[in-house]
This record gives sequence, structure tokens and C-alpha cells, in this order.
Amino acid sequence: MSDHDSVYDGLLGDSEGWAFGTSFEDPLAGVDTTIPAGVDAGALATYCLMLGDDALIYSHRLSQWTSNAPDLEEDIALANIALDLLGQARLLLARAAAADSAVVPPLPEGSPVPPEDALAFFRDEAGFRNVRLVEPDNGDFAVTIARLLVFSTYRLALLQRLRASNDPVLAAIATKGVKEVTYHRDYAGRWFLTLARGTEESRRRLLAGLALVWPLYDELFRTHPVETAADNQGFGVDPSGLADEVGVVLEQVLTTSGVERPDVAPTGAVNGQMGRGGRHTEAMGRLLAEMQVVARAHPMGLW
Amino acid sequence: MSLDLARRVAAEVTDPEMPMLTLADLGVLRDVTQDGETLTVTITPTYSGCPAMATMRDDLVHRLADHGFDHVDVRVSLTPAWSTDWISDEGRRALRDHGISAPGPAPRHDGPVPLSLLPTRRELTCPRCGSADVRLTSEFGATACKAMYRCSGCLEPFDHVKGI
Repeated sequence: MSDHDSVYDGLLGDSEGWAFGTSFEDPLAGVDTTIPAGVDAGALATYCLMLGDDALIYSHRLSQWTSNAPDLEEDIALANIALDLLGQARLLLARAAAADSAVVPPLPEGSPVPPEDALAFFRDEAGFRNVRLVEPDNGDFAVTIARLLVFSTYRLALLQRLRASNDPVLAAIATKGVKEVTYHRDYAGRWFLTLARGTEESRRRLLAGLALVWPLYDELFRTHPVETAADNQGFGVDPSGLADEVGVVLEQVLTTSGVERPDVAPTGAVNGQMGRGGRHTEAMGRLLAEMQVVARAHPMGLW
Repeated sequence: MSLDLARRVAAEVTDPEMPMLTLADLGVLRDVTQDGETLTVTITPTYSGCPAMATMRDDLVHRLADHGFDHVDVRVSLTPAWSTDWISDEGRRALRDHGISAPGPAPRHDGPVPLSLLPTRRELTCPRCGSADVRLTSEFGATACKAMYRCSGCLEPFDHVKGI
């Protein structure tokens, strides 16, 4: 009795869904998204964008390895990591939109685009709040591993603390994320060690990769006013408090690998702003163009 | 309409990526409740990015519609986070019968999550020949929840569901 008129009927709950969406309309369907007492909805929404954009932009970068990685196992591993982060991004962007719909860019009347997709595909560069570490091109596999180690060490430390958020939705997203990012960090750490102790060439590339990534390390621990508010109101984490913990874990990997911290100057702020304030690197515009072009061409696209 | 029937129907819906498991065996199906004509089915994602959620939702809606339940609301529950510890004994048997190694106890961390620079050591046996001489080939596999192994006894590769 469930004869399908269209091949998509078996896949999609609704006969007409937005053409580029993820089809499970709302990853927070049925989840209580009430704002906790004492929490500013706008700050909560912006904070969710920050953590969601870190995951979204880095997921997009990592997914560019699909079918290009050195071997099938690494291809699958990087795609899996990208998928985990995309899932975290969806939940966080949906949480942002549920907290304060003012963060969602306006779309044409009657547009079928759900809020999480509107946030991903229809925001301009300055509206993104991710740290700049996630933006540059992947480079070779060694650069990728160096960045994955730094990013997943930072994110795991952050998510571990975020489990105590007074926003039950953020706490739940963090609790799930910790389990996932634990695998990402171990993966990166093991490859870091392997490349550092591998051949002269693998070590040379790894050191070059770490030096490329390192200028964007300091920014991870610079506190944006929204993060101060998040910490004060109990729903988020002040990243300056993560520096020691992240440093200790990285030191463990670097020491085991016989690698020293690169001696390079941090990338500075632009007009006083960094990634969390909407100022990004040159790579960001090209990344967004690739990620958003199809959706922007068809804001009313249905199938 | 009987809630018992709805629960039985929902419990028999299978996972789209591991169809030897029902959603109930996998621990993804959390609750089925009824309010008048409306059934509310609660499911929880295995991993944040689990792409099977949409298919699970549609399969639940279709199967329940087959049995006359026309108003089905599928909801997501994020707390508590899914754990492989929720896979039932029946589900573990079904995995083994289909050549997939079932997960061990999920890791629990009270303090900070320790870094592990050595390959994960798991006590497991080849689901085909039973040999304990198995080698991890990758911590990531065909789906987010699986690692890849190779048996040194029968030389066959196999999937292992990672404990989370």
C-alpha cells in the first residue's frame, strides 16, 4: 500500500523537499530548545554559530580529500571525520536558529530552505564565526595531519568542558561530540608520530605542515566578547582557559615525535577582529564559493 | 489502534546500513507513545552525522502506515547519548551471524579523555573462523560506527563495531 510515484518517495518523507537539504528536516525535531533562565538568546545563538562554523568549515575542507587521499583507509577515515563534524555542525546551527531566528539570513518568500541550511549556504563571509585555523587549503597529507591534530585537540578540550553547559541541548551535543572527536584526535596523533618517525621526507613535510598551521594556533585561545558572555552565563566555555590543557596534550605528541613547537609569529587580527569576529583568511571566500554556489543559484529548488 | 501493535511494528524496523539489526536491537528506538490518533516515536542518532536518520524516520513512518497508523511523529532524543552498550544480545548475535564483530564495553572517562598514540587494542575474535589473531587495518570503516580488521587466521577482512 506504500506504492511510490517517484523514486525519491522512498527516501524522503515529504514529496517535495528542498533540493539540497539533508531531508531529516530538523535534527532537533522534538528536542526541548527552551532558553535556560539567565541566558541571553542572541549570545547563545552566536556562540552556537562559532562552534558550528568551526565544524562546518573544517568538515568541508576535510571532505575535499574524498577520493584523493593517499590510500583507501585514509580516504575513508578523513571522510568519516568530516561526516562526524558535519553532524555536529547541523545540530549546532539548528540550535543557533532555534535560540534566535534573527541569526538566520532572510530568504525569498516561500523558500523551502530550512534554517540550518540557510545558515550554511546563505550567509556571507563576515557572518561566519569560525576560527581561521579551519580555513586554509588542505595542502599535502602531512599538513592535513598537523592541522587535524591541533584542531581535534582543541575541540576535544572544548567539548569536554561544554558537557557541563547549563543549556541541555549544548550539553547533549557536546557529550556526543566528545566520543567522536576522541577518535579524531587519536587518529591524528598516531599519524603525526608515524610521519615524524617515518622517512626523512615524511618528517620534512610534517615539520613544514606544522609550521604552516602554527600561526593560527594562538587565535584558538583568544576570547571573543560572546565567549566571555557564554562563560559568564554558564552555557559556554572561555577558550583562554583551554590553552594549558591543549598545550599539555600537544606537548605529549610533539615530545614523543621528537618535534619542537615551531617558532613562528601568530597571524594577527585585522581591524581588531579575527575569525570569531567575522574576519577571515583569503582562503575563506573561495571555500564558501565552492560550498554555496549551487544552493545560492537555486534558493527555491525543490524535487 | 493498539499501542502494543505500534511498538511491535516499530521494533521490527531494521537499520538501513546494518539491516541484520532492528532499530530496537541497535538501541536507536527509544520510545513509542500514543496520544489519541497520534503516535510519537523517539529515536536517537548513533553518531552526530549519522546519515541514516532520515531513512530510519521514513521507514518507521511507512511501516507504521502499512499497519494503519497514519499520524506518526518521529522525534529525536539526544540525551542520554547513544552507546554501543545498548545493542541487545540478540543484536550482537545477529552481527556475528553476518560476519561483523560486535562491540566490547564502551570506554568511560570520568576525568579528561586520555590521548592514545598506540593502535587501539581490543580483545576480539574473527566472526568467521573464531581466531583471536586479528589485526586492525583502520579505525574508520564503511560507516561511522565501524573499524576495519583483518583476520590473520583465515585472511578475511571484517568489520568491527567500535565501542562508544
